[in-house]
Amino acid sequence: MAENAKPKRLGFWFTFLPPFAWMTVLYFVPLVALLTYAFQRHEYVRIIHEFTWENFQQIATNPGYRNTLWRTLWIANLVTLIDTLLALPVAWFLAFHAGRFKRTLMILVLLPLWSSYLVRVFAWRIILGYNGVLNGFLVHTGILREPSTLFLYNKFSMVLTLCYIWLPFMVLPLTTAFERLPTRLLEASADLGARPFTTFRRVTIPLVLPGLLAGGLSVFSLTMGDYITPSLIGGAGDILVGNLVASQFGVAANWPLGSAFAAVVLVVIFCVMALLSRKGVLENL
Amino acid sequence: MNDQAVILESVSRAYGNVRAVDNVSLTIHAGEFFTLLGSSGSGKTTTLRLIGGFETPDAGRVLIGGVDVTRLPAYKRNVHTVFQDYALFPHLNVFDNVAFALSLKNLSRDELRRQVGAALELVQLAGYEDRKPGQLSGGQQQRVALARAIVDHPAVLLLDEPLSALDAKIRGEVREEIKRLQRETRITFVYVTHDQEEALTMSDRLAVMRGGRVLQLGTPLDVYERPADLFVAEFVGKANFLDGQLTSQAGTRATIRIADQTVDATLAFPIATGAAVRVMIRPENLRLQPPGQPGFTGVVTQSQYLGHATQYLVQSGALTLRVLELRRRGTVPHAEGAAVVVNWNWEEALVYPQTKAE
Amino acid sequence: MKKLVTLFTVLVFLFMHLPIIVIIIFSFSEGQILALPIKGWTLDWYRQALQDDRLRTGLMNSLKVATAATVLASILGTLGAVAIQRYRFFGRQAFRASVVFPILLPGIITGVAMLTFFANANLPLGLLTVIIGHATFGFPVVFNTMAARLARLPRSLEEAAADLGATPTQAFRRVLLPSIRSALIAGALLAFTLSFDEIIVTIFLTGNQNTLPMEIWARLRFGMTPEINATVTMVLVLSGLLVVTGQWLSRE
Repeated sequence: MAENAKPKRLGFWFTFLPPFAWMTVLYFVPLVALLTYAFQRHEYVRIIHEFTWENFQQIATNPGYRNTLWRTLWIANLVTLIDTLLALPVAWFLAFHAGRFKRTLMILVLLPLWSSYLVRVFAWRIILGYNGVLNGFLVHTGILREPSTLFLYNKFSMVLTLCYIWLPFMVLPLTTAFERLPTRLLEASADLGARPFTTFRRVTIPLVLPGLLAGGLSVFSLTMGDYITPSLIGGAGDILVGNLVASQFGVAANWPLGSAFAAVVLVVIFCVMALLSRKGVLENL
Repeated sequence: MNDQAVILESVSRAYGNVRAVDNVSLTIHAGEFFTLLGSSGSGKTTTLRLIGGFETPDAGRVLIGGVDVTRLPAYKRNVHTVFQDYALFPHLNVFDNVAFALSLKNLSRDELRRQVGAALELVQLAGYEDRKPGQLSGGQQQRVALARAIVDHPAVLLLDEPLSALDAKIRGEVREEIKRLQRETRITFVYVTHDQEEALTMSDRLAVMRGGRVLQLGTPLDVYERPADLFVAEFVGKANFLDGQLTSQAGTRATIRIADQTVDATLAFPIATGAAVRVMIRPENLRLQPPGQPGFTGVVTQSQYLGHATQYLVQSGALTLRVLELRRRGTVPHAEGAAVVVNWNWEEALVYPQTKAE
Repeated sequence: MKKLVTLFTVLVFLFMHLPIIVIIIFSFSEGQILALPIKGWTLDWYRQALQDDRLRTGLMNSLKVATAATVLASILGTLGAVAIQRYRFFGRQAFRASVVFPILLPGIITGVAMLTFFANANLPLGLLTVIIGHATFGFPVVFNTMAARLARLPRSLEEAAADLGATPTQAFRRVLLPSIRSALIAGALLAFTLSFDEIIVTIFLTGNQNTLPMEIWARLRFGMTPEINATVTMVLVLSGLLVVTGQWLSRE
């Protein structure tokens, strides 16, 4: 048995070892290193290598940190929900009604990903700003008498931009899920007397759920970790937990505290993953 | 010259606790059309894959052309396979698919072209060289798979249920095609199927498999007329089974009590007098006679006209008998409800011990 | 109902492309300030962008990083996908699940984790560390497309190749590779563009050599300038060409 498995075993190690070693050394070891930092202490410019809960205590007791965490969670959920609602009809259309335009439209969904993320975020500043496109349009058409400052640098502009920036990550897996949906099942449901909406609710949605949840997980996770959008588009008080991590690893140079924030983000995402892992979500990413 | 194309010596292969192939020994002669017949899970496909080199046995040896190839991977064996799903390379056209094996050897371009042409000629697909597999019908794909596998004259050709993916309509046609190909190329064919009719009509010899074991090895005639056990009898062809008790025996002629009748049959195995037995008789060996004759008196409950023959179901007490009567000029089929007597020649009925088939 | 869905889709597509349209329009606008109304049209910003050394260096660095990271990601992703699809081994499910972590977890986590690791390993930050970071999230991108393709590829194809006398290497090169080529191109293309545009991980891993997004980021602090619009528009056109070429290469 051992002898005849040899050629197969060789092939296995050849294919398995490089990615495994890469992931272990360059991803999981750093991740563990990061988590160990979360339990160490920062003093002046040195890191004290002894176990402590101090960072987490600080996060739990500091109202600013706590509020930022809650705000991040709630905004991530909101963005995920909005993107789901936006993507569902679009994915449905792309999968079933796009016809000969489908290839072009799919490229159009991907197109934003090919152009600079930074610039696309910044573009909203051009659109929503005081001298922006939106104000120009509203004043020109007489809806507003003078430009409004209500559109930019607040939660609204931040949520709008986040929804915009992560939308393709929802549309793509959802479209794939709809494409895999055997139309015969929808016909069978109709044949058995279900109205279109009933079919959608009782057959379509359960069958595309893995794709839907996979997209949702991506959007949620990307929002949880974003710090560029809040700093470019959000108001002064609208920072997310990503900004806390970035500043602790940047100007504040308190790596242990930054690691503790990162650890909290990790725990939240792992909890969501654990909730979803039973539904075949991970295979649909 | 070596007459033995393939020899399996006490070969076993298990997956976890399942013994897919369990101590199988077989000798397949050169130039023979050999069939492995069994239902799914019988071990026939694993046996084929052991010969092809896709599996290695846990125990035992595999010899091809007298050489031990047990540890040799598939690509070092002079054996080709026609896969159940054909496994044509979708990115290559018909020519390149067929040329695949040759292209791995150092052949001149002309020689390669000539041999591929000959193989395509053989399967009547000349002119299709530039098509991609996706542009062919199922039957044509099948023939490309055949051409690809015979193009460099392997010692053995393995065919894994090659007809199962085809429409019933063209199955018969392809069956004859395969048989013709085997006669013309004289390559040893090892053919796997679950279809007993294919096995009987195509094979020189066949092995009936079940649970990883070979139950019977023989010519189609042997297997059909002298099934090794009740399972083979039931799996190959149709049969009536009547339970009774062996009351006396003289040579191979046994007397059996079935219900309230005493009948005679042939002993397939030595069985002690008094034992519970099961008599197997093929529908075409049962005779329908007018009432009053010796035999099982009953009533025709179903009469099915098949053209060349008529098939009846006859109810006699608790027994249901299936009778196949060839049409002869001047006879009139028995109507449903007609009273008849069913009997047989003792040589045509075989006696098996009741416990034999697990 | 269908009309409603169509209308909705059109609106969402507008939403998805409005910012890009705005950028393109303003790249041709004469004014220095990006605001309405537009006073006149010019190609000056393109000339300035092309003459800007730092933008050009950033572009070259981005191309270097994206190319190297894509090559690494393609190799790792292909190998990993073959391992997952062709072999049964202990921990297979765990491996499969953990491979996608780099795209599942926010980039900032990858960034700071690698930063702490490189700092402890005394590896100086620079383009090399950026490449490592990008290859790490490019790997699952390629892996996913490849694993999906391999799963649909009948096992019998490789067996047929072996059956006809092809060694494992020949079977890989002549049968497996052509069958997965289009998936590989699609995955590599996505990995390339993700790397090309990456900022969140890059910020933590870069040294004093800027990639294009880093250069843009550095300038954005002082506000958007029309040269950036012009640069981004040019990159968009180049990416578009790349995607079309990729689609053409990966056609079945």
